[in-house]
Amino acid sequence: MFNLELTEDQQLVRETVRSFAENEIRPIARDSDESGSIPQRVAEQGFELGLIHSALPEAQGGFGEERSAVTGAIVAEELAWGDASVAMHLLTPRLVAYPVMDGGTDAQKSNVLPRFTKEFHAATAAIVEPRFDFDTTRFATTATRENGSYVLNGHKCFVPLAEESDLILVLAQEGDEQAGFLVERAASGLNVLEREKNMGFKPLSTYEVTLENVTVPADARLGGDQGFDVSRMVNLGRVGLASLAVGLARGAYEFAMDYAKDRTAFGVPIAQKQAIAFILADMAIEVDASRLLTWEAAVKLDKGEDATREAYLAKRYASKAALKIADNAVQVLGGHGYIRDFPVELWFRNARGFASFDGMTIV
Amino acid sequence: MIDFELSKKVQEQKDLIRSVAEGAMRPIAREFDEREHEKPWDFLKMMWDVSGGRSMTGEDSNEEPEAAKKQGPRENTLSAAITIEELSWGDAGLYLTIPNPGLGGAAVQAAGTPEQKKRFLAPFQGGEPKWAAMAITEPHCGSDSAALQTTATRDGDEWVLNGTKIYCTAGQMAAEKSDGFVVVWATLDKEAGRAGIKSFVVPAHTPGMTVVKVENKLGIRASDTAMIVFEDCRIPADNILGSAEVMKSTEGFKGAMATFDATRPLVAASALGIGQAALDLVREELAKRGRPIRYGVGESNLTTIETDFIEAESDLHAARLLTWRAAWMMDRGQRNNLEASMAKAKAGLAVTLATQKAVELMGPLGYSRKMLLEKWMRDAKINDIFEGTQQINMLIVARRILGYSSKELS
Repeated sequence: MFNLELTEDQQLVRETVRSFAENEIRPIARDSDESGSIPQRVAEQGFELGLIHSALPEAQGGFGEERSAVTGAIVAEELAWGDASVAMHLLTPRLVAYPVMDGGTDAQKSNVLPRFTKEFHAATAAIVEPRFDFDTTRFATTATRENGSYVLNGHKCFVPLAEESDLILVLAQEGDEQAGFLVERAASGLNVLEREKNMGFKPLSTYEVTLENVTVPADARLGGDQGFDVSRMVNLGRVGLASLAVGLARGAYEFAMDYAKDRTAFGVPIAQKQAIAFILADMAIEVDASRLLTWEAAVKLDKGEDATREAYLAKRYASKAALKIADNAVQVLGGHGYIRDFPVELWFRNARGFASFDGMTIV
Repeated sequence: MIDFELSKKVQEQKDLIRSVAEGAMRPIAREFDEREHEKPWDFLKMMWDVSGGRSMTGEDSNEEPEAAKKQGPRENTLSAAITIEELSWGDAGLYLTIPNPGLGGAAVQAAGTPEQKKRFLAPFQGGEPKWAAMAITEPHCGSDSAALQTTATRDGDEWVLNGTKIYCTAGQMAAEKSDGFVVVWATLDKEAGRAGIKSFVVPAHTPGMTVVKVENKLGIRASDTAMIVFEDCRIPADNILGSAEVMKSTEGFKGAMATFDATRPLVAASALGIGQAALDLVREELAKRGRPIRYGVGESNLTTIETDFIEAESDLHAARLLTWRAAWMMDRGQRNNLEASMAKAKAGLAVTLATQKAVELMGPLGYSRKMLLEKWMRDAKINDIFEGTQQINMLIVARRILGYSSKELS
């Protein structure tokens, strides 16, 4: 039955993450953007909140709490309201932890999951490839079975925290099938290239990764012979990115609204002019619309249904809406929107990232 | 617990209405677009017989409020939204001319006393088909309802109405062609502004109420849009909805405006139905030609047809979720003024653009009257205008989010 009420647990999680975003993330967002780094302290605080291990099974040291894409969407939105780069950084270990939890063999679970339960532990996934026609339904990176092992070849980009990770989940094409491989950072033939320089998301360290005849044992294949559902991981990733976009957009909308109520021109707050008020109204509608589309996809995923269409539409819609909202926020602030004393230009640069990203986070 | 799935009951209702839309509406849609001002009586009588006196907002006029509470979570408004989307998927013009308490009934539900609800809505339970309409707009005022000029003056046990109303949906059917009623907005005191505005129930055939014109329109041609003149039109004193007192505050006016909180999600729902009809047809035609819409593939691998389609589809679906939210809040008894206007503004624009895009994507077929696409594009536009234009709804959204009064943001 149609219902938009959060559970008590979800409300509590939202409040907790919201105050963390307000008190710990917002204050460091600008400095992090300028310096291109995120204080380790914040990563640890995020870990303490249970962002990674609260849903992991108790057997592997987690809290065994409910694994819910909806709750994940709520958490991602709140974190990104604080700062999208920090949000993505804090959530990156999920890129390995969640797929292993969802589809790993018992051996993979007991080998991998305990790493995430003691402190912030970097691990990542290599999904996007550096080409304009990148397509998650057909990777150019290949895996071939040879003598009981797999040989990986390909070129990946937008791999968050690759340098500091010990484990990289590489998504590859195995003939007509798609599969994931747990590759140790130290594997021979795996090269993490120099850190990427992007328009936005500057505090988030992302890398290109090349794989040249990287040979991994058969048991590195996620889910073993059964494999795992790559398209579901991609869909969970799209819901994650959409949620981050919603959080960023909401932050920009709220900031622009507060500014417009405060800033006077011709004797009244500019928010009292329809030219500004209508922009703000449009922002409000699009933030809500994006969130509803995102939650709908998340609910489908939680029910175990195919959400390819919903997740795709939500991610696409929320990415575009976030860019438009951030652009309009710059516009409402005028010159103040363009200078780096205000956070709005930062949100505008970050917002553009969502349309280019895929699979860089997960709920 | 967040969930987007419809209840079994509502889903069954949706399926049922879809079969009516397919079987009874689509086959006559073109005919009654071309034969403007004629009524599809067979269809109307059939709908009257099956509707069971339900108003536009899904309220059963005979249902006791206490009894309704016992039936678990209410989903009347959401159910009505789903029904209206499906009917409009069949044909929006035909949907608007289905005999029911309509907007007039919604006004009675929103502002009437229990006695009035019973008195005015009970006749919709049987007998001959009836319509009820709402008359707000005047030749010189639309969105600015507070500026209306129609007057109501007390004379003994009666109210006397004088003025001219236009754009009254189903006005002719409600005022002259059935034993329904028209809810008329009029002022008791022009000096009092909003506080002086009240709504009055004028029964059909009341002397002094005359339909002087039925408009020729761009779309929704199966529906009659009437100009009604009130000339010393006398109605009983207890036909005023709510209190007759002109208070210093604008509570009364707000009460009347609250009607829109109930009806705007439903107008949005109608918009969704038209848009979905257009998208369904385009998707089908594309698939027939071996060009299915693909989801999940890389952005640069999509054709422009696909990106255009996907954008229209997601815009429309976003509007749908906003609409369901506004309806859901209504059912929970939550104030949904902001959400209702969000839904209406978004849906009206989304369907306007989606149907234009659908016509474009189908090339010469889209423009031809052999198909229904061009009709849907014409029908769609009304949703961007009636029940508050897109702009007036944006203004309401802006006031709500900013916490401004209508004086502070006009």
